[in-house]
Amino acid sequence: MCLGIPGRIIEITSTESPRMCRMDFGGVIREVCLEAIPEAKVDNYAIVHAGFALNLLSEDEARETLKLLDMIAQFDDEEIE
Amino acid sequence: MMQFLDDFRNGDLVRKVIARIQKTVTQNWVIMEICGGQTHALMQYGLDQILPPEIELVHGPGCPVCVTSLELIDKAHAIASQPGVIFTTFGDMLRVPGSQMDLYAIRARGGDVRIVYSPLDAVRIAQQNPDREVVFFAIGFETTAPANVMSVLQAQALKLTNYSVLVSQVRVPPAIRSILGAPGNRVRGFLAAGHVCAVMGYWEYLPIAAEFKTPIVVTGFEPLDLVQGILLTAQQLEHRQHEVQNAYRRTVTQEGNQTAQEMIERVYQPCDRKWRGIGTIPMSGWRLREEFEQFNAEQRFHTEHIQTHESEICIAGKILQGLHKPPDCPAFGKECTPQYPLGATMVSSEGACAAYYRYWKQDDENG
Repeated sequence: MCLGIPGRIIEITSTESPRMCRMDFGGVIREVCLEAIPEAKVDNYAIVHAGFALNLLSEDEARETLKLLDMIAQFDDEEIE
Repeated sequence: MMQFLDDFRNGDLVRKVIARIQKTVTQNWVIMEICGGQTHALMQYGLDQILPPEIELVHGPGCPVCVTSLELIDKAHAIASQPGVIFTTFGDMLRVPGSQMDLYAIRARGGDVRIVYSPLDAVRIAQQNPDREVVFFAIGFETTAPANVMSVLQAQALKLTNYSVLVSQVRVPPAIRSILGAPGNRVRGFLAAGHVCAVMGYWEYLPIAAEFKTPIVVTGFEPLDLVQGILLTAQQLEHRQHEVQNAYRRTVTQEGNQTAQEMIERVYQPCDRKWRGIGTIPMSGWRLREEFEQFNAEQRFHTEHIQTHESEICIAGKILQGLHKPPDCPAFGKECTPQYPLGATMVSSEGACAAYYRYWKQDDENG
């Protein structure tokens, strides 16, 4: 139920309430309500649940997290060597 | 295009983070993942099989389909059975057993029960059918609240008089409090549900972590998210820390999505809520504010005559509180299967019993 699917905004279709857009979920295109992220722009990523965008998705933060986890993993490799 | 998200399924990195968890733990720790979506992800990727044995994961009540009270399920069935009603719901609710039947049975008897992907689809159905009463079963945790309240705001904006919602809205923080405060509680750390926190932030968890001296780590749903959440929780437990940490930074901030929170605040107000199998948890739910009472299906339809009857064998309530695991139930996989469920935990794509039924490997558990 609390499944959230990441997608990319490809077109803002309504700027009046309810703000709507079309989003690309890995090739599947769906209509999504943008009412809770009025600042969203085309090409932004967002997490979507029940046709409603919950929040923006930060690519920078994603990369930071991956970098951190990579460091943790490397630390282990060094210990093994 | 979404390569950076696929990287959160990197099996090699997952194994290395698990090796770090192994090096971190010096004793046994019980950690609860609140969200049923995480229970399924943990089992689907077999993470429960490769985590160090010192880490015991217990599965929390974060499955809205499972905790929606029997009274409300029975009310839903009573409303859906009325002629002229179009009853709309998320697909997961159709097979949830009430005292007498489920929504499939009502549909088979001629009831107009329709599955919707979004509550806004239900509003559209109401627009297209002005001579019919359209009811939406507004279940869910904080994650689903913005979509549910949006449907009410939209119906109000469109001046629809034939749309109403049957609200069963629950909140995570009071449930965590209830679990931590229960006698015999074994849970020492929590993975907080990432998408609940995408909406609400994690400011509500700071006083809980401090009061109960329990670490809480906001965690996502991909394998790397899950092992990172478990690693941070284990590190805190080993160092006797009890902070709230965020392991799902790409979409969660401490304050959360304030626009969404304001929408919820406009339409809902906190209330006591009964959780199926658990009982009433004070202030653990939301209900419609008085100014939106015209959209309340419980007011619009008279359903006071309901008498509930729960299965006597099913131990779903104990499972939802983390006191038992699904295979402890005598009916598990025998009288109770996803096709013929006795309890809601066997129905939902997030229910712990359904997760065990699909993914649990008996030999591994015993051996």
